[in-house]
This record gives sequence, structure tokens and C-alpha cells, in this order.
Amino acid sequence: MRKSLLALATGLLLAGSVSAASAADKLKVGFIYLGPVGDLGWTYQHELARQALVKELGDKIETTFLENVPEGPDAERSIEQLVRAGNKLIFTTSFGYMDPTLKVAKKYPNVHFEHATGYKRNPNMSTYSAKWYQGRYIQGLIAAKMSKSGVLGYIGSFPIPEVVSGINATILAAQTINPNIKVKIIWANTWFDPGKEADAAKALIDQGADVIMQHTDSPAAMQIASERGKFAFGQDSEMIKFGPKTQLTSILDTWGPYYIERVKAELAGTWKSEDTWGGLDSHMFAMAPYTNMPEDVKKIAEDAQAAITSGKLHPFKCPVIGQDGKEVECKGGANLDAGQILGMNFYVKGIDDKLPGK
Amino acid sequence: MELIEAIILAVLAASTPLLIAATGELVTERSGVLNLGVEGMMIVGAACGFGGAWLTGSIFIGALFGIVAGTLMSLVFALMALGLAVNQVATGLALTILGVGLSGLIGAGFVGERITPAAHLYIPGLTDIPLIGRVLFGEDAFVYFSLALIVGIWWFLYRTRAGLILRACGDNHVSAHALGYPVLRIRTFAVMFGGGCAGLAGAYLPLAYTPFFIPGMTAGRGWIALALVVFSSWRPGRLVVGAYLFGAVTILQLHAQGWGVGIPSQLMSALPYLATVIVLVLLSRARTGGSTAPAALGTVFVPDR
Repeated sequence: MRKSLLALATGLLLAGSVSAASAADKLKVGFIYLGPVGDLGWTYQHELARQALVKELGDKIETTFLENVPEGPDAERSIEQLVRAGNKLIFTTSFGYMDPTLKVAKKYPNVHFEHATGYKRNPNMSTYSAKWYQGRYIQGLIAAKMSKSGVLGYIGSFPIPEVVSGINATILAAQTINPNIKVKIIWANTWFDPGKEADAAKALIDQGADVIMQHTDSPAAMQIASERGKFAFGQDSEMIKFGPKTQLTSILDTWGPYYIERVKAELAGTWKSEDTWGGLDSHMFAMAPYTNMPEDVKKIAEDAQAAITSGKLHPFKCPVIGQDGKEVECKGGANLDAGQILGMNFYVKGIDDKLPGK
Repeated sequence: MELIEAIILAVLAASTPLLIAATGELVTERSGVLNLGVEGMMIVGAACGFGGAWLTGSIFIGALFGIVAGTLMSLVFALMALGLAVNQVATGLALTILGVGLSGLIGAGFVGERITPAAHLYIPGLTDIPLIGRVLFGEDAFVYFSLALIVGIWWFLYRTRAGLILRACGDNHVSAHALGYPVLRIRTFAVMFGGGCAGLAGAYLPLAYTPFFIPGMTAGRGWIALALVVFSSWRPGRLVVGAYLFGAVTILQLHAQGWGVGIPSQLMSALPYLATVIVLVLLSRARTGGSTAPAALGTVFVPDR
């Protein structure tokens, strides 16, 4: 008995070393995830992109992911772990991994890093993000058309520029349909707490909102809107399962094409540090099918999507009027420039609320 | 009027899981055992509760699954902390980490599925009374059960001999042992009760609150339940007040934001915790009825036979 166990163990060891040898000529690509792969939102979409990558280039690469990695200094250990395991290209998929990624990148100049939604770069560290505000603009048009009460409910996570620019794009779009549109904003101060997100949705609906928009990660708000017979937009991911008669559309993060492109560059030896900020035109995100709305609203949404994709329509076309009634300086010629959008820290006119921290 | 009713309903729903989990932990701590694994037992209860309801289509069976799952988790704790006399704080923390991982594994198959949430009571006439109808006669079974539970526990602790013995174990396990009471067995039952309650509280989330399962959906409610037990100074009456106060502040700060009250949302999100701290300070300063922690709380007991 003991002999056969020993033989088995030796066999396993041999098999292990053989597979390691064959893996040596494959490029190792690592991923750091914020949530569990089953979060149905942010992390799930990154995981779908990784799977698309494996499907496309599976014979040339080997991928590893670490999930539930907390943001902050702790992430450094996990990133280094991937480096030591031989990964040559590492995607760190949340804003809070910015400094840890940079630190590890400086330590290992021969490994390439890709950090999502950040702004710090290095010769071996790229950043990538998406112009989600374009999708928010389309949602604003739909919301204003579908709202009977003229009050929209918006659940924010944290008052950071990405979320604020989304709120502004929504309202600017909604005002083109209904100049008197109102928005109620509740900050959950968390990205993920289904119970709290549900409570926020309830509060918004109880206060008269009939279209719920969210910038938090779980389908809880969608499900509450569905229960109360209101409309809602999904977030990051397809959420129509939680509101078959409720979801109007959803902004879908589609990282797959970008991941494939960057890994191909790495394989070809042409990878270099870049700052990618893609929109509808470069397929960094997509809109879920326009559902539960009349044909004319659908047409407005589709036209806006086409116009934004072709560059004819810009959500932050000048003049943009701030909450104080003053025109915002127009640094990008006809539109606000990238820096103004990426660092947006003001509300536009028409929002009654006060931006936290202002 | 309708808004007030809606707010009260939301407060009751938000408070119920806290109340159930805290009731269980209160009994556990009254027996002298500090189980910090409430969050872990809750999240496993949530995963198993949802799984049970999803497989059978019955909310009741789902709730039973949650209770059993929480109890099994607490037995792991009992084996370590009581059977092997391992440090309770470390074991409890380990139980939470174990639970978070385990629930992800159990729930992996159910992520993205949805169920019909627990039905709400409806009594024609009574439920339709404005303002109080739905609050008093239109809740789901968990809400009524949580109130019955805490009343039952109050009666058990202060009006029965068994409750007196349990408290004796918590205050002085050596004396209780000398009097011939099986301290470890009593504590094991108390830990199991705490686990069952935590499992049920966890199951409440996917069965009634947000009818789907996502890993990590308890989002720290187990820790709040632990804080509530301290807040209540280990008394059932104060526990009810604390749980509803906590729920009320949570919901009201959301409404305040919607109304555009010009207070920073970060501060408002911190209000429930701030309220807890303030009440703790007030309680500890009060001459009578101050902190009454069970004297033997968290200490290891090895009977000398």
C-alpha cells in the first residue's frame, strides 16, 4: 500500500514538472480582482474578459487570477505573488490598486503592468479606463422620456470624478428632453452592500423617483424597482434577470477586446506603457439591449448611441453651466477636455443637491 | 403619511437581521462565551438559506437550512473553543474568515438565480388601516418571529431556572461547576443557539430583504450585531431599542440625503456608528444599570473533573 502511494506521488511529481516545462514557453498573464468572480458586476465582467482572452489566445498563454483582493497596501503582496509565480503581464483591475501596482512595477522593471481606472503610470505600467459617461448620457435621455413624475433617483457609491461625471452626463441629457427634470441623489458610501443599496432604492422611490439609476455594484436596486413596478438601469453587467420588466438598459463593461490586444502586443514584443481611455467607438463598454420602452424612446437612444460613437455628439459639449450658474471654462475647444472630465468635481445646473465635500 | 409608513417599514426590515443575530449572540455571551464569528455564521446561513429556498421553492425550508447551517458552523466553534479550550477571540475570527470563504463555495451555484421573497402578512381590513396597518399587520414572518424570539429570551433569562443557570455559567463558571452544573454542555447549547440565530439572520437577507445570493452580501452586519450586544449591556430590552435605533438612523440618513439636507453624506453614513459610541459612553457613565458584562465572558474553562 505504502509503495503504491509512493509511486503515485512520484508520478504526480513527474507530471507536475512536465506540465511546468511545457508551460515555460507560454506567456503567463495574471489578474487581480477586487470582488469574487461571482459578484455579477465589476469583477464578473473582468472575469468574462479573461475567459474571452483564454478562448482567443489559450494556446499561447496561461492565466491566473486572485479574487477578493482588498484595495490598499495589502494588495502589494498579492501582486508580488503573481510576479514571483512568473507572470509577465499583470492586470490590476480596481482604482485602489494604483499605488501598490506602481510600487511593485518599480521593483520589477521586466514585468509589465496594466492598471484599470487609475492615473499613475511607469515605463512598465499602463492604465486603461472607459468613458462610461457616454453611456450615462444615453441613460439620461431614456430616463427623462420614461419618467412620469419627472424625478430620477440616483444611487452613488462615492463622490469621485467617475461617478460625478456620470451624474452630470445623465442630467445634461435628461434636460434636453425635460428642462425641469429633478434628480435625487443618495450616496451609499460603499460599492457593494446589497441591503444598503436596496434601502437607498426604497428611499428614492418613497420620495417620488420613478426611474432608478445606480453607480453601485449589486442588482439590489434593480430588484427593488422591479418589486415596486418602476424602471431602472443596470450597472457594469447585464441585470435584466433581476428586473425583466424593469431594466431599460445597462452599461456593460467589455474589457475583452482590450485584454486581447494588449496580450497580443506583449506576445509580439511591442508592448509599451500607454494611457487608454476608450469609449463606445473603441468598444471599451457596450450598452445592453434597450428594453421595456416604446419604439420612439428606443430610437432616441439608438440615435444618440450612433452619434456618440461617430463623435458627432459629445455629452460635455460647451457651454456647460455649473451649479453656481457660471459657465465652466471650456478647455477642449468645443467640449470639456479629458482632464476636466476625469477630474470632475462639480455638479451642473439643475441639480439641487450639494456635492459632498464641496 | 404614506412616506412615514414607508420609512417605518424600511426601518423594520433593516433592523430585523440585526435583532435576530444579536439575540443569539446575547445568549451566547450570557453563558460566558464570546463568539466573534457571527459574520461568518450569517453569511453561511445566507448561502444555505438561499440554496434551500431555491431548491425546494419554500421560504420556510430555506430558513431551516439557514438555521441548521449556522448551528453547524457554531459547532465548529464549540469544538475548538469549548472542547479544546482554544482562545475564543482567535477562534471566532477564524470562523468568520472560514464562513466568508465557505459561503462563496456553497453559493457559487446559485449566484444570479432569484426567488420569490417571503410573503407579507395580509389581513383584510386590518392591513389596510392607514399609517399603522402595514406596519403592524403587513410584515413578513421573520419580523414577527424576531420580536417573539427576543420576548422569549427575556422570559427565559429572567423568569426560568434554566436561564438563571445559564447566567451563572457566564458570571462564574467555577461556582456553577462546583454546584454540579455541566458548564461546558450548557455553553455548547448557548453557542449553538447563537449559531442558529446568526444563520437565520443571514438567511433573512436573501429570503426576504434582497431575494438573490451574492458572496459577501451580509456586508458587515454580523459585526454590527456584536456591537449591539455590547450596546444593550447584555439586556434583551435594550437590545430591541438598539437594533431599531440602528436601523432607523441607517434608513433616515438615506432619506435625509434624498431630501437634500445639506449634511455631508459621509457623516450621515457614520451616524449609526456614532450613535452607538455615544450611547455606550452614556451607559458607562450611568450609576445604575451600567455595563453588566458577564464576569466570565471570553475566559476559557477547563473542568477539573
